[in-house]
Amino acid sequence: MLQTALDSRHRALGARMIPFAGWEMPVQYSGILEEHNAVRQMAGLFDLSHMGELYVNGAQAGAALDYALVTAPGKLAVGRAHYSMICAEDGGVIDDLIVYRLADHKYMVVANASNVDAVAKELRERLHNFDAALDDATMRTSLVAIQGPRAAAILQPLIDTDLSQLKYYAGVETTACGVPALLARTGYTGEDGFELFVMWADGGRVWDALLAAGSPEGLIPVGLGARDTLRLEAGMPLYGQELTRETTPYEAGLGRVVKLDKAGDFVGRTALEAAKDRPRKMLVGMRLTGRGIARTGYPVYLPAAETGSGLVTSGTASPTLGYPIAMGYVPPGTGSPGASFEVGVRNQRVPAVVVPLPFYRRPS
Amino acid sequence: MEVPEKLRYSVEHEWIDGDTGAVGITAFAVEQIGDIVYVELPAVGTAIEAGKPFGVIESVKAVSELFAPASGKVTAANTALADAPETVAADCYGAGWLVKIAITNPADLNTLKDAAAYRAMIANS
Repeated sequence: MLQTALDSRHRALGARMIPFAGWEMPVQYSGILEEHNAVRQMAGLFDLSHMGELYVNGAQAGAALDYALVTAPGKLAVGRAHYSMICAEDGGVIDDLIVYRLADHKYMVVANASNVDAVAKELRERLHNFDAALDDATMRTSLVAIQGPRAAAILQPLIDTDLSQLKYYAGVETTACGVPALLARTGYTGEDGFELFVMWADGGRVWDALLAAGSPEGLIPVGLGARDTLRLEAGMPLYGQELTRETTPYEAGLGRVVKLDKAGDFVGRTALEAAKDRPRKMLVGMRLTGRGIARTGYPVYLPAAETGSGLVTSGTASPTLGYPIAMGYVPPGTGSPGASFEVGVRNQRVPAVVVPLPFYRRPS
Repeated sequence: MEVPEKLRYSVEHEWIDGDTGAVGITAFAVEQIGDIVYVELPAVGTAIEAGKPFGVIESVKAVSELFAPASGKVTAANTALADAPETVAADCYGAGWLVKIAITNPADLNTLKDAAAYRAMIANS
């Protein structure tokens, strides 16, 4: 089992550690609800060092990624980032990614911990005919995130960059907490926030500085438990639940990510062009209107139907909204906002109504 | 961690009061489960069986089954928990009780742990 550079700090903070994608990670410190609410109202600190950092370097790095991914990283401006996916030839999602363009010929692709090896292997093969090379920096990178409405105010005094000039989905190389860092305005919580990619051994210094500076502002450490409820409220997909090899981006409601109009071929293009108008299922957000909480794998029924026609992919009692929410797949064409379904919760059918995603949008 | 002397305890971390038939979960279980957001209990009149699930308790993250510490018929269910599931964590040996049962065979309680034995069990886990 792998441990991040912050492992001893998590244990000293009383975190409950769980195995996750081959890593020992904190699932909670003070409690999921308290941590969730801190991120919505103040700020939270996350150790995300288990995630994969894959650098793609070379004169054809942009063109290579245009071929390897469904987006057009070649068109990204230096210092900007976008959400992307790597698909198989059959159009199924191998992983969802954030792609940063750090320089003309230097990109960083951030992959889910559970998929780093698969993504690295695929990228290496897809880069083969280009002047571009893959460098897996996962094991030499610590990733610390600070998320929440007070994140910018807490972080600003600790860095050399003016945060008011750093746009959402932008990244800049800077000095943070006294160490070299790639600072990005990205996150997975639905709040404003930042991610700091630093050298492995510098993770502790960054964590300590942010915790010390943020504590008076209400910042607390946040584990994977609240990370999951935060992303679910924000309507963000999780690989392994909403996104799988058996799912196309169109079915997941992420068709806008796929750039079919980009020049040149890319892996999965033929299948995705065909899949675009022929989804086998559609992802919906649901609010349960009866009692009960929908969980991953629970069946979804059309009202009064004998047999299930869909499955819940994620569900919880929304801490922010105060009612049960879920994402799940239903047959194509059936999941318009307002449509009624029933979720099978053990031996009961709990009524649910389709609502637009995200469930929660931060006040602007 | 609080383990009242007068109760009996199961290995699944439920407690039962031999005098009143009240059943609940222990402070140790509350800590393990985390923030409790939903409790599903059997209706009055339901027969429950020692060691078998009789309901569920859910945290934000997970579903946990409730196991009956003894066999009996449910005489009361704590319906207040439907709207205030957090009461279980706030007062697990008091207002956070789950059900009351008419214990079928009071001798069953002798198979459960007393407070000292339960304390020793959780100290080792």
